[in-house]
Amino acid sequence: MSGAHASSTISAEVRHVESLLEARGLLDPGEIDTRIDEFAAKGSPANGARIVARAWTDPAFAERLLADANAAIRELGLSMAGGIQEQRLKVVANGVGADGTEEHHVVVCTLCSCYPIALLGPSPTWYKSEAYRSRVVRDPRAVLREFGLVLPESVAISVWDASAESRYMVLPRRPDGTDGLSEEQLAGLVTRKGLIGTAAV
Amino acid sequence: MSRINDVGGMSGFAPIVEEPDEPRFHADWEAHVFALNGALIRRGIYNLDEFRDAQERLPVHEYLAASYYERWFAAIRMLLAEKGVATAEELAHG
Repeated sequence: MSGAHASSTISAEVRHVESLLEARGLLDPGEIDTRIDEFAAKGSPANGARIVARAWTDPAFAERLLADANAAIRELGLSMAGGIQEQRLKVVANGVGADGTEEHHVVVCTLCSCYPIALLGPSPTWYKSEAYRSRVVRDPRAVLREFGLVLPESVAISVWDASAESRYMVLPRRPDGTDGLSEEQLAGLVTRKGLIGTAAV
Repeated sequence: MSRINDVGGMSGFAPIVEEPDEPRFHADWEAHVFALNGALIRRGIYNLDEFRDAQERLPVHEYLAASYYERWFAAIRMLLAEKGVATAEELAHG
């Protein structure tokens, strides 16, 4: 009840600020709606999923992606420069590392909510919550378990703390039994949580 | 000095709650706040670091009580006032 009231109050306040800015020539009429539509059309986890599927099917691309993600995603027509300034993207791969240890990666922004929005769309509320931000760096294994991802003790977990300039995306491990699938079908297996690291795929 | 947003490693927050089929925005005004911020940064009224800094400067009780986009909106109004675009009073009328 109070929530609905608060929401209508803040809606009116936001509209008020918009009209004030329009009156002062700092906002064009219709500009906000255009930006909302453009954003809805662009950022979606389908972009991240396409990157993952390409990396699973093209080892040379995977190598380029892990070496320089900003350059590699341009091959797919994607970019981290859509916002105000280009953000550095690092893609971290789940799987067996060079030393033979199985690794799992998970992403957070402990200070706020930094996230590769161009590749994943808007982040879920839990990603932005104090609950997730505070705990995943202290006890990642327990947090992942709460998300239903139970990792054996032998799996090393790395937590990547994003910043305004550096964003991270997880390259999940390709599931077994997917040899016959097309790139498009593989992309369909990838979830937003898989790209953040709170799910296996 | 760390600010209230620097929560990495802290204990005592509520459990993590996942919302199934969460919408992109929970209300129209959230989408408006999102787009408004982008428009103001693009116009050079303030930059992304100033915007983050403004959120981090919110009074602690306000920061913790606010939802994500409420924080954004509070930071936008704070910056518009500080940059002299409008007075706090002009911005507060709704």
